[in-house]
Amino acid sequence: MGKIELTKVRKSFGEVDVIPGIDLIIEDGEFVVFVGPSGCGKSTLLRLIAGLEDTTSGTIEIDGKDATNLPPAKRGLAMVFQSYALYPHMTVRKNIAFPLKMAGMDQAEQDKRVERAAKVLNLSNYLDRRPGQLSGGQRQRVAIGRAIVREPAAFLFDEPLSNLDAALRVGMRQEISELHQSLKTTMIYVTHDQVEAMTMADKIVVLNAGRIEQVGAPLELYNFPRNLFVAGFIGSPRMNFIEGAEAAKHNAQTIGIRPEHIAVGDGPWEGVVGLSEHLGSDSFLKVAVDGIGTLTVRAPGEVHAHHGDRIRLAPAGKIHRFDANGLAL
Amino acid sequence: MSTHSSRLAARLMVAPSVALLLVWMIVPLAMTLYYSFRLYRLISPDRTGWTGFTNYVWFFQSPDFWLAMGNTLVLVGGVLVITVTLGILIALLIDQPIKGQGVLRILVIAPFFVMPPVAASILENLFMHPQNGLFAAVSMALGYEPILFLQDYPMSSVIGIVSWEWLPFATLILLTSLQSLSSEQLEAAEMDGAGAFSRLRYIILPHMTRAITVVILIQTIFLLGIFGEIFTTTQGGPGSASTTLPYMIFKQAIAAKDIGRAAAGGIIAVILANIVAYFLMRGLGRNLDN
Repeated sequence: MGKIELTKVRKSFGEVDVIPGIDLIIEDGEFVVFVGPSGCGKSTLLRLIAGLEDTTSGTIEIDGKDATNLPPAKRGLAMVFQSYALYPHMTVRKNIAFPLKMAGMDQAEQDKRVERAAKVLNLSNYLDRRPGQLSGGQRQRVAIGRAIVREPAAFLFDEPLSNLDAALRVGMRQEISELHQSLKTTMIYVTHDQVEAMTMADKIVVLNAGRIEQVGAPLELYNFPRNLFVAGFIGSPRMNFIEGAEAAKHNAQTIGIRPEHIAVGDGPWEGVVGLSEHLGSDSFLKVAVDGIGTLTVRAPGEVHAHHGDRIRLAPAGKIHRFDANGLAL
Repeated sequence: MSTHSSRLAARLMVAPSVALLLVWMIVPLAMTLYYSFRLYRLISPDRTGWTGFTNYVWFFQSPDFWLAMGNTLVLVGGVLVITVTLGILIALLIDQPIKGQGVLRILVIAPFFVMPPVAASILENLFMHPQNGLFAAVSMALGYEPILFLQDYPMSSVIGIVSWEWLPFATLILLTSLQSLSSEQLEAAEMDGAGAFSRLRYIILPHMTRAITVVILIQTIFLLGIFGEIFTTTQGGPGSASTTLPYMIFKQAIAAKDIGRAAAGGIIAVILANIVAYFLMRGLGRNLDN
């Protein structure tokens, strides 16, 4: 099936160590998301697993077999690219059938599998069109179709939703999650969007500068970030970090408190509202708190606070404490 | 910006160039057509008059005519096959990331800057010459008699020379097309299990169809009129073995000094070019769409 094990995988381009050394186990059937800011090496890591880049050192095992030096086609993985990489001169049918044709499968079996994939992905009416005649979401589905017909050991997704508009993105996110529910195949998904990571993943791998900062289930990362980077990266809006006297009260170099864990009303902190965003379901306030600095507050529902108002705030949830090295206490 | 007055202004401004181009094309064509029905020999300038289709009939009955037609098509076809095939292969080769890529590309393109008669002389004298040529030296080093290229294989030699000149053009166009192929498509094909040959067959070549079409169309136009290379090397010989239609027209105009016949030959060449163009556009034109 699709267990993937990376041991001390290192990748350097010339002098630059893009990935200085990564150990990671991806269990069979898991939906793993690599997340991190751009340039953190998450796409490189995915390409190493795919075999599109050679590892500088270390080993990659797929299903217990060493695949470090196998060519991409022999690894039994399928990949969905950011640009979809559809073949523009082929119809949707031929695009989806291409990996089967390359595998030398007979025509009847090819047709059967293409029809089945098209049905799952709602593409049955578009099989004879070319990619150029499809919308972004449909192209995305063709790319996924091309991946699923091969029945691979694992799917690799390289930022597949970044070319779609916001509404489609939410829809496709759900479709990919549902696909994972029904196929139960290992999926590795690369994104820089922590919302995608939080909503889809069984396991999130947070990467920064080619290093794994933390691996864990979405809520584990949300509730127990191991360091400042993870704390700041997971959660939207971003966690507030407070240093100085207020942090010293909690015996920490830095304390972090999430915007949703600050209550508006009576409390020890007082400040002036700088910016207020009213979304209806939530209100985001940027408050310049005396002696602390600017805090972002996420208050549920409608809060009647506007620019220039003085309000009082109180911590109403977990306060994360970090030491001088940025590690959680 | 498409109001009534702006469209009128646009038409007015384009009109002079359109008129000029029209005159440029129509006048020579009309004059050629006119002379092709005239008796007009420079040797006997006092004998003139209408001759009907005599000039054409002479061409069609000339024993060299069908040979020349055949040679013209063989030349065009041969050069196209060689330049497109080698052009694709060289483009694939110099697309690889290597040191000195820029210099290499300039070297590959260089032959295109050499003028046709010069190129022909270089190949004739430095490569194909039975005594001084490089090929002769190679043959003799291997213990064989030198090949008499221009004498024994005149058409092949001309095709070789013209291909040498046009190969850089084909390579250049095909290379730019190759560079516009997204690497993700190739990687996707690699993940899909396509080997190097399958990637060429199913991804790279279909991507290049349009560029190949452009190369074929442009080269055909120029190759139908190839003259200088034949003039400097075989002179259409031995006998008429390497005479093409343009060379035959030249012989009528300059050697036989019969302007009427040469004009008739010119009209036949125009008709031939149009027939070739028609079939090319029918066969390849849809590749240029979208």
